[in-house]
Amino acid sequence: MAKDKVRRAERRLPLEWLGILPFAIFSVLFLILPTMRIVTGAFQSPDGGFTLQNLADLNTASIRSAYWTSIKLSLISAGLGCAIGFAMAAAVIFGGLPKGVRSPLLTFSGVASNFAGVPLAFAFIATLGPVGLITVWLKTEFGINLRAMGFNLLSFWGLVITYLFFQIPLMILIITPALDGLKREWREAAAVLGATTAQYWRMVALPILFPSLLGTFALLFANAFGAVATAFALTGPQLNIVPIKLFAQIRGDVLGNPNLGYALAFGMILITVVANTIYIVLRVRSERWLK
Amino acid sequence: MSFLTISHLEKAFGSNLVVKDFKLEVEKGEFISLLGPSGCGKTTVLRMMAGFERPTSGRIRIDGQEVTGLKANARNIGMMFQAYALFPNLTVADNVGFGLKVKGVARTEREARVAEMLDLISLSDMAGRFPFQLSGGQQQRVALARALAPSPRVLLLDEPLSALDAKVRVSLRNEIREIQQRLGITTIFVTHDQEEAMSISDRIVVMNAGIADQVGSPFEIYNRPTTRFVANFVGTLNTFSVKVEDSNLGKVRLAGQALTLPGGFASSGPEMAIALRPEALRLGREPGYETVVMGRIEDVHFMGSIIRLRARVAGESVVMDTFNRADQPPPKPGTEVEISLSGKDAIILRG
Amino acid sequence: MTRFFAWSALLFGSLYFLLPLVGMTEFSLKMRRGEYSFDAYRRVFEDPRFWETFSYSLTLAVATIVVGVFLVAPTAYWVRLKLPQARPFVEFVTLLPLVIPAIVLVFGYIRLYNTSSWLPMTGSAFGTDILLTMGYTTLALPYMYRSVDTGLRTIDVATLTEAAQSLGAGWITILGRIILPNVMVAVLSGAFLTLAIVMGEFTMAALLNRPAFGPFMQLLGANRAYEPPALAVIAFAITWGCMGLMQLVTRFSKHERAKA
Ligand SMILES: Nc1ncnc2c1ncn2[C@@H]1O[C@H](COP(=O)(O)OP(=O)(O)O)[C@@H](O)[C@H]1O
Ligand SMILES: [Mg+2]
Repeated sequence: MAKDKVRRAERRLPLEWLGILPFAIFSVLFLILPTMRIVTGAFQSPDGGFTLQNLADLNTASIRSAYWTSIKLSLISAGLGCAIGFAMAAAVIFGGLPKGVRSPLLTFSGVASNFAGVPLAFAFIATLGPVGLITVWLKTEFGINLRAMGFNLLSFWGLVITYLFFQIPLMILIITPALDGLKREWREAAAVLGATTAQYWRMVALPILFPSLLGTFALLFANAFGAVATAFALTGPQLNIVPIKLFAQIRGDVLGNPNLGYALAFGMILITVVANTIYIVLRVRSERWLK
Repeated sequence: MSFLTISHLEKAFGSNLVVKDFKLEVEKGEFISLLGPSGCGKTTVLRMMAGFERPTSGRIRIDGQEVTGLKANARNIGMMFQAYALFPNLTVADNVGFGLKVKGVARTEREARVAEMLDLISLSDMAGRFPFQLSGGQQQRVALARALAPSPRVLLLDEPLSALDAKVRVSLRNEIREIQQRLGITTIFVTHDQEEAMSISDRIVVMNAGIADQVGSPFEIYNRPTTRFVANFVGTLNTFSVKVEDSNLGKVRLAGQALTLPGGFASSGPEMAIALRPEALRLGREPGYETVVMGRIEDVHFMGSIIRLRARVAGESVVMDTFNRADQPPPKPGTEVEISLSGKDAIILRG
Repeated sequence: MTRFFAWSALLFGSLYFLLPLVGMTEFSLKMRRGEYSFDAYRRVFEDPRFWETFSYSLTLAVATIVVGVFLVAPTAYWVRLKLPQARPFVEFVTLLPLVIPAIVLVFGYIRLYNTSSWLPMTGSAFGTDILLTMGYTTLALPYMYRSVDTGLRTIDVATLTEAAQSLGAGWITILGRIILPNVMVAVLSGAFLTLAIVMGEFTMAALLNRPAFGPFMQLLGANRAYEPPALAVIAFAITWGCMGLMQLVTRFSKHERAKA
């Protein structure tokens, strides 16, 4: 009887897995194989043999600086996005603002977090570009010349400011439910035990939020690291960040070793994988107290 | 001057006056329960004591110190919530030690105190666990230890047992009372459960719609309720309408039988209402009970040591409790019985 | 004190978000010297490439949604009903597109499915369109899957399925007539999000050389002054519309459920 059941389960198991076959095929064809192709390509010479030359070729001043700029851009825009988004979400939830503020903020965040890419670049050019609204306004009304002060939209910090337009709302969208999950009793128990607000945040609230904060940070990092359209529409092909370099490489604008593109892309995969591994390790360590 | 004095405390949310002219004097080491139906303002009173709500008017003094305007974290008060108030990211030991840590108590001293507290609630072997690994009852015991660890001046408990199973609820309430007496800590306990309040309190404050209706020992509250609300809210009550014969001598007639009420009372008319607890009605003729009335049994609930009977007396449906006796089976429904009662047990209902 | 900081944070944030929107709108109206006009919009709407690329992207968005729904809904359903042990794998895969940059994926597509490969999808325009649709489906996968899975969680999949089976319904009927209508809200909100993503997508379409709306906007941006902000306003309106519809279906369903 029991044996019979086991045998039936064995026979049925592969059949049940057939149910996700379409999904498996799709993900292999359009997610896993393409990624594998990049990884293998990075270690192949033009004639198909194994080589480390492609990766070694990454070690030029220009490519190194591109990676560094990309990582810096992603870290800073993710960090600022998290901090500002957190501040805004916390302000709305704990700051004693009218209840009516919350829903419009979330709706707007939904829109803004999806308003990325080419049109976002246009919006910022029209606002902070050489003849943008604020640039002109500051110049005519106050005689402040942003350019002369060293601000240029088509630069690293210009890109950070632009990226924040989708990073902050994404943070708000993700962290709001997490902040809602902080129970009033925790804050009050801490207070009645003598803790200051700062102590409560440091010892209770932030550790509880840490996994969510970390996850959002990782997401924002990846979000900025892979972004092409915004940067490309803002600055054209000349800005030296990895995705733009890869874009140019794929388009064939750059002469030289065709397998360098694989290596560039592999480097991007490597960085996101490392970032996510760090994320997962930290998260597991910070979640011991979760069910 | 009492240890804890609350005078003329009021709280309004918008135009909604939730606590009205609340007064209370508590002696050091006393166990006081705030008892009342849900929504009557018990939690609000407690939260004003803890410093979470700012009173609209009135004062709170603890141990000679005016705390009304003080922030919650400067009052040195312990508080236990209904549920889920343990910090989920901290172990049992760290939860208990939290109050000492934020006060900057040195590590060794802190650990000793935590061990002492865990011993007090008999959870020493769970020090390293996280809250989600504990049962509801254990979590509440840890919450109690956490509240007591910094040696607060007053302990506030807001329905700390209402989220627990019935069995755990009884054993934990006894444990709370035992610990409270051992430490001699002044305690305010909020509950809507009258049995809970009566079993563990030194005194009970019965609240009704934001007002403290009556303050007294469980015995007084139960036997001498001063308002109709208290009488009805605490325990079961049989009310009778009686004819007043002589209000100065306390002579009235219940279903035609003479009854003498204790002391003189002012009666406004020829009729008035009195009440008798179920255990004040006796089946059959009993010595010492001066009045006997006839009734017909309607219902019998055998509950073990107590048998609860429902009978119709003088047109009213009344409830009476008798003790079980192995040699005497309870009467069957429909039986006509004699019921003894005494004027000295009567509760005179006013207001 | 807290309230002061709260208002400051909110005010600062609102200013940061409103200024670019004001900036692009104001700029888009400035085409005519000395006065505001809708000239830039007229120019955009008169451009035949606008309509071509717009309808191309719209078509692809619809195709993406169809493929996405047919891929995700049965999978999520099956995982919930019969294969809970496959959940970690499926969830991991659906999160991959958030980690692997789109530009890396499309690079892989180009090298994997070029004219000399075993599956030469980039050989023809139609083949490339299919490839692009698959790429978009991949990009939308995390949102689509999560949306549908959340929708499935709110209904009791197993009971509904058993009830339908006991009445003699087949799998197609169960999925199409029982499950899908019940998770319609989730599917729709996933669909509108997909629409918003696809309409503005640039990288994949540009690298696969397809005449989509994103590359068109970029091209116009490189050559013109006043049309780009007009396009930005239009794109923002599209995004807002998609999100608005998303909220609408969610709210509508809550209303319906409340009535039920
Ligand atoms: N923060 C608040 N804002 C407005 N009304 C409140 C607030 N807190 C409590 N109330 C109201 O005050 C009344 C008393 O509440 P509470 O003190 O919690 O009652 P209890 O603890 O006796 O059940 C209730 O009617 C409740 O709705
Ligand atoms: Mg309460």
